Amino acid sequence: MYPFKYQKAATVRGAVSLLGKAEDPKLLAGGHTLIPTMKQRLASPKTLVDLSGAGLSGIEQKGRNIVIGAMTTHAEVAASPIVQQAIPALAQLAGHIGDPHVRHRGTIGGSVANNDPAADYPAALMALGATVHTSKRKIPAEEFFAGMFATALDEDEVITKIAFPVPAKAAYVKFPNPASRYAIVGVFVAKKGSQVKVAVTGAGSGGVFRHTAMEEALAKRFNPKSLEGVGTPAADLNGDIHASADYRAHLVGVIAKRAVAAAIA
Amino acid sequence: MTVTALGAAVRRKEDHRFITGKGQYTDDINRPGQAHAYFLRSPHAHATLKKIDIAKAKAMPGVVAIYTGDDVAADKVGGLICGWMIHSKDGTPMRAGPHPILAQGKVRYVGDHVAVVIADTLSQAKDAAEAILVDYGVLPANADTAKAQSGPEVHVEAPNNTVYDWHIGDKAATEAAFKAAKHVTTLEIVNNRLVPNAMEPRAAVGEYDSGNDALTLYTTSQNPHVARLVLSAFIGIAPEHKLRVVAPDVGGGFGSKIFIYAEETVCVWAARKCGRPVKWTADRTEEFLCVAHGRDHVTRAELATDAEGKITGLRVKTIANMGAYLSTFASSVPTYLYATLLSGQYAIPAIYAEVDAVYTNTSPVDAYRGAGRPEATFVVERLVEAAAREIGMDPAAFRRRNFITKFPHQTPVIMMYDCGDYKASLVKAMEMADVKGFGKRRREAAKRGKLRGLGYSTYIEACGIAPSQAVGSLGAGVGLWESAEVRVNPVGTVEVLTGSHSHGQGHETTFAQLVSSRLGISIDNVSIVHGDTDKVQFGMGTYGSRSGAVGMSAISKALDKIEAKAKKVASHVLEAAEADIDFKDGKFTVKGTDKSVDFGTVALNAYIAHKFNPQELEPGLKEGSFYDPTNFTFPAGCHICEIEVDQETGVATIAKWTAVDDFGNVINPMIVEGQVHGGIAQGVGQALLEGAIYNKDGQLVTASFMDYAMPRAHDLPSFDVGMTVTPCPSNPLGIKGCGEAGAIAAPAAVINALTDALGTEEVPMPATPQALWTVIQKQSRAAIAAE
Ligand SMILES: Cc1cc2nc3c(=O)[nH]c(=O)nc-3n(C[C@H](O)[C@H](O)[C@H](O)COP(=O)(O)OP(=O)(O)OC[C@H]3O[C@@H](n4cnc5c(N)ncnc54)[C@H](O)[C@@H]3O)c2cc1C
Repeated sequence: MYPFKYQKAATVRGAVSLLGKAEDPKLLAGGHTLIPTMKQRLASPKTLVDLSGAGLSGIEQKGRNIVIGAMTTHAEVAASPIVQQAIPALAQLAGHIGDPHVRHRGTIGGSVANNDPAADYPAALMALGATVHTSKRKIPAEEFFAGMFATALDEDEVITKIAFPVPAKAAYVKFPNPASRYAIVGVFVAKKGSQVKVAVTGAGSGGVFRHTAMEEALAKRFNPKSLEGVGTPAADLNGDIHASADYRAHLVGVIAKRAVAAAIA
Repeated sequence: MTVTALGAAVRRKEDHRFITGKGQYTDDINRPGQAHAYFLRSPHAHATLKKIDIAKAKAMPGVVAIYTGDDVAADKVGGLICGWMIHSKDGTPMRAGPHPILAQGKVRYVGDHVAVVIADTLSQAKDAAEAILVDYGVLPANADTAKAQSGPEVHVEAPNNTVYDWHIGDKAATEAAFKAAKHVTTLEIVNNRLVPNAMEPRAAVGEYDSGNDALTLYTTSQNPHVARLVLSAFIGIAPEHKLRVVAPDVGGGFGSKIFIYAEETVCVWAARKCGRPVKWTADRTEEFLCVAHGRDHVTRAELATDAEGKITGLRVKTIANMGAYLSTFASSVPTYLYATLLSGQYAIPAIYAEVDAVYTNTSPVDAYRGAGRPEATFVVERLVEAAAREIGMDPAAFRRRNFITKFPHQTPVIMMYDCGDYKASLVKAMEMADVKGFGKRRREAAKRGKLRGLGYSTYIEACGIAPSQAVGSLGAGVGLWESAEVRVNPVGTVEVLTGSHSHGQGHETTFAQLVSSRLGISIDNVSIVHGDTDKVQFGMGTYGSRSGAVGMSAISKALDKIEAKAKKVASHVLEAAEADIDFKDGKFTVKGTDKSVDFGTVALNAYIAHKFNPQELEPGLKEGSFYDPTNFTFPAGCHICEIEVDQETGVATIAKWTAVDDFGNVINPMIVEGQVHGGIAQGVGQALLEGAIYNKDGQLVTASFMDYAMPRAHDLPSFDVGMTVTPCPSNPLGIKGCGEAGAIAAPAAVINALTDALGTEEVPMPATPQALWTVIQKQSRAAIAAE
């Protein structure tokens, strides 16, 4: 780790102002992605702006939305009666991120801002049609994720909360990497009214994506059988030692069916 | 006082220390004035070192010293050694390249030590290392075991990258057996390379005392005395009486901490050179890159059988990857620890094995839990299972037909098995596993879309390691006895100084149980001292499941002497003839009388020496022993794995695990079961999850837990563990050893279950979801083509 300055923001506005004036700043949430990269000397921000005092954690139901503060940990989401009741798939997703240490430190804001192509939350945001609230604006999930490790966020922009519309049915199934337990393929399906959304994480070479062919098939009939014969082109997928693009393409089909089955169970 | 008997499942005495965070590991040791070492490591698998420019780095803040291979050469510091001489078929000694502690002229694997930076803080050392300019002349890498002999040359000393081409057994007899065979089963086997990953990474602190011109090395070692011997006699750091090696609490080793490494050697050498204590702790990446790895064999194996399903011959050709340098015991692993076990539990009349040890541009490979014996068991048990299926026999029945039933049994590959009952463990395991009900379970699984399979592994291993003369005749550079000293204090409490070293095995409990049962005192009144060359007499350390069979036998021998001396003292206290004294349950009694005295009183009398003539009987009560085993020990048993494969995803889930092991007499069944559990977990890790992968450039692709899959609780079922006992006849306690069995047995049981489930012998290890899915795809394509 290289030396850096530590600053704790008391408000979102304070954080934004520090981002504007501090030397080479970086926001610090749970630190579970940022600190390891700093320790390995792969990242070297000069200033860390800690969000833990900025009042960004908490979960509430607002009308037809579940609103989760950016600093809410994965463990809090997993254990929340509000989330469990309204979007059980989301609670279950959070409960399977990493291990207990990770879940008690890692935050939804950090995960979403990081947009790791194998992270779980991006699939939920995309399939549920969530909105990312920031210090500046509201960004629909669709526009927020901008390819591997890239988002629509500006340098001086802080995620404050994420609003999830409550679906009629939803489920998330993850095929974990045997080593890291991140998603090799994770499929989140959600049905709201006549609309079905299928979001795939872990597989795409550009990060999370919507599987429109599957969505169309499922809109006709929300049943795993509808997905038979709906393919996923391997050309757009990642390949690594754990899973080739072909294997991932195959898994997307299998896992999507399981997700639909779980959603209607 | 409560005696803890042999065979009692008492809780581990050391665990209070460990689970309350009071363990003292090497990294917990900090010496006044200490500086920190950071190793600049090669990013290339193979390169010449054209120039190392340290000028700028040396001027950086906090830098104490920077050393390179040139400094090592100037100081005439010797290279690391390989302590077991193997001869090739033509009688020539193995061809080993030099193994300097800092690279000289060339780097040979990613992570090879280019320079050490010593600074006030670790951060400063890292900063300075970044400022060192190294001009590498990058060479093509040799990172593929199977093709290593025709790949780029790693050491000029070893033409064709071949360290030795060794063989064992009777070639002519084996060829004749194959000519006459009714059936021959052939398998191509890759035993995947593993990274040990002990929870505690390696660490070292070197310190120089200029007043006494003496050095101390604190290090993560399984055998501190051997480390001192090698550092003194071979590397030339300091004479033994001027070098103290301390291995405090050590958090797991699995073999990887037997070896003497460059980093710890540099720390102790540099401490004198720079005048400051020097500390180094590996980070996990350094462990992945530079700890000695395990396994990595490519093998072609053939089994000959006759018309009655009797095995008539076994032929094996193995290429064993040694990595870029020969680690401390590397040469012995694929030879005397591997090929000598190729007879398995079977009466095989003719065996011939050839082993080529090869250099590659990868981390050195050496002993890892089981060391050679998992590789042998995998070959034999895969062959036996495949042969049974090919000739249409039940794999259990095929095994029973070929089991050795008379002991002692001389195999064609050196080993003389002393005892065992292989049928008993197989039968018991089959009952516990409800093999009879397997067909039903398989049909039920099929309904759920799962392919269910059952696999056996009736393994044998050779432990204790081993009679010194025998291993000496096979090329070992050391004797493999163990030492013990038993010190009885005047109040009757006891300290045992042992040359064994505990790094998770629970010696503080099991060794105390032995003393408790023999002397009739509480285990709380016994302390076990190990891991410090200044305290403990010379010892050989812990590996090869030897601490029970050899280490405790030494304690037992010392206790015999304590008892004999105490009886003499007791005879004076009780005013009776020595021949009339009995000792039982902590009490000395006079035959035929009610006169008695307890052990504590006798101990006190031994020290106050009022009741006997010290000219005839020396005061004190302290005895030592050096015990040399008369044979290897041969733990054996049967593991049965039942597994289900998800046809859609390729995910294999272990449904049921049964282990029946014969470890001879058992001191603490709870600890033994723990060893079995841990061993199986490691074996399952090898079979399903773990695999170190180097790409063609010699980069380790699996250099972190993000890509190297360690087994987790989630990956394992509850184990059903049972035992059979045939006491070992070759040591006083009848112990065989249990530390490696699980890791030896498990891989073959898993893969045999998978090959059963999938109906093909072509299942690679590790059988990851992707690998199994690929097998299933290939099968369905073949099925479609056949239609
Ligand atoms: C061992 C391990 C296993 C894991 N397994 C999984 C897994 O299975 N699935 C999974 O999805 N994830 C997994 N993770 C990642 C984990 O969920 C992290 O918590 C997450 O990626 C980052 O969240 P954080 O709160 O730790 O963010 P930090 O590391 O603090 O920050 C990450 C990045 O986001 C930025 N940032 C943080 N908060 C904000 C904000 N409010 N606004 C704008 N930018 C912000 C930071 O500046 C930084 O660039 C794992 C992590 C570890 C260490």
